[in-house]
Amino acid sequence: MSQSLKPYLTAVRSSLTAAICLEDFSSQLVERHNRPEIEVDNTHTPELILNPMAIARNENEKVLIEPSINSVRVSIKIKQADEIEQILVHQFTRFLTSRAENFFILRRVPIKGYDISFLVTNFHTEQMLKDKLVDFIIEFMEEVDKEISEMKLFLNARARVIAEAYLTPFD
Amino acid sequence: MSITYKLSNKPIHDHSYSPDGSIMAITKENIVEIYQVSSKPTLITTLKGHDKTVASVDISIDGKILTCSQDRNALVWDWDQSKNEYVPTLVLLRINRSANYCRWSPNGSKFAVASSDRIVAVCYYEEENNWWVSKHLKKPIKSTITSLDWHPNNVLLATGSTDGHVRVFSSFIKGLDEKPEGSVWGTKLPFQTLCGDFTNETGGWVHDVKFSLDGDSVGFVSHDSSLTIVSPQGEGVPPVFVNTFTSHLPFKALSFIGPNSVVVSGHNLNLLVFEGPNWQQTRVVDQTVKAVAKVDEDEEISSHDALNMFRQLDLKGRVKEKSTNGGADHTNTVESIRIVNGKVSTSGIDGKVVIFSV
Repeated sequence: MSQSLKPYLTAVRSSLTAAICLEDFSSQLVERHNRPEIEVDNTHTPELILNPMAIARNENEKVLIEPSINSVRVSIKIKQADEIEQILVHQFTRFLTSRAENFFILRRVPIKGYDISFLVTNFHTEQMLKDKLVDFIIEFMEEVDKEISEMKLFLNARARVIAEAYLTPFD
Repeated sequence: MSITYKLSNKPIHDHSYSPDGSIMAITKENIVEIYQVSSKPTLITTLKGHDKTVASVDISIDGKILTCSQDRNALVWDWDQSKNEYVPTLVLLRINRSANYCRWSPNGSKFAVASSDRIVAVCYYEEENNWWVSKHLKKPIKSTITSLDWHPNNVLLATGSTDGHVRVFSSFIKGLDEKPEGSVWGTKLPFQTLCGDFTNETGGWVHDVKFSLDGDSVGFVSHDSSLTIVSPQGEGVPPVFVNTFTSHLPFKALSFIGPNSVVVSGHNLNLLVFEGPNWQQTRVVDQTVKAVAKVDEDEEISSHDALNMFRQLDLKGRVKEKSTNGGADHTNTVESIRIVNGKVSTSGIDGKVVIFSV
């Protein structure tokens, strides 16, 4: 972990710990419904939504945390320095979101402007420990950069080998 | 000193004791379990009657059990000698949203149910029809009511809601209640009189509200991690308002344990004691556990421990799972605090009931 990544992750960790204070909350608009308030059009019950927080390391890397009374939406923008990284991030997040049911808290569609979104509801915090949930998200943020740059290196190395193989006859 | 009982893998949103402390009721999804408490809780029976999560349970002074649930209903369960089981009685709540919180009045003649319908239903028994009918407290509640508490005089009712307000109402019912004596809350108290409306500067969701033991002040905890104690001074004089902000995660429940002390707990997991008149935190009840669990870092480690350490490093990239819960007995949010036989009992999302001697 690079040194400058640490304060960023620390900020995200403490913000998440504070945001994931959820409770079982039945809808006050629809009878017998219990739904994540952050995902509902909340023009009728604005008091159930807290102020969203954005934590940014730079313009390419940021996290948006949107808390409400029974759910928190966490959206992550992953670093994309060039076109190759853009393609890699797109493929990587597509791979994950198409398997969203295995990740429990993963949202199928990310929020606009972000690459991947998580939705933590009170039912998740009832089954899983909050520390572990936060750890999971932080670990994901640590790993995803590493993964993307590794893939990029691998891709470049492979491109170099292929180029060499093609160009040998002209040597 | 604390005793922990792990009773369920599901959240215990609320628990309640009979007046002598021998019977305990806990909520468990859409049923309520009744335990006999002696040295260890043993399951006597379960109450099945709700089809959605039971939000709250309360046992009256004469042993009747009141439950309310997100399926919009409340039921009163009474012990039937001939059938040898608890039998439910219908309550006409007339609400269309979830019932979130219910409490018997101190003498057990009526009860109040807080709902997401922005209504508090004050219910009393109607003999000729054998059901409980309700009268509604509506105005000026603007949002879901999360908690309520009865004044010792059986008439006043404090409510806390997600609009950040704590309101004190009169629930005087003609023909049932005796006229209460005048107090700091007012002298003339017809039904639905608003005797107090309090909010703090941040206006966070109120999670729990309680009257003090003498009923002359009201305390509440809200989502801004604060504890607020309000003591009205009578008509025309502004109330004394003490608002203590803390650096803990938000509190979910509070309970007065003395004229000048209150215990709180919630997302922070620990049980904290706050004492008046300044209402500052004076101690953490379950901190002793933390001191014992602490291990000296310079201590020599055996070869077996060393092997484990490197294995952990290899697998997880760090030596030990750090425990962040500060030595608390609960591992997930504490949702309710009750007083039983002078001890403090807490229950939470982790399915545990913990009894503390404070």
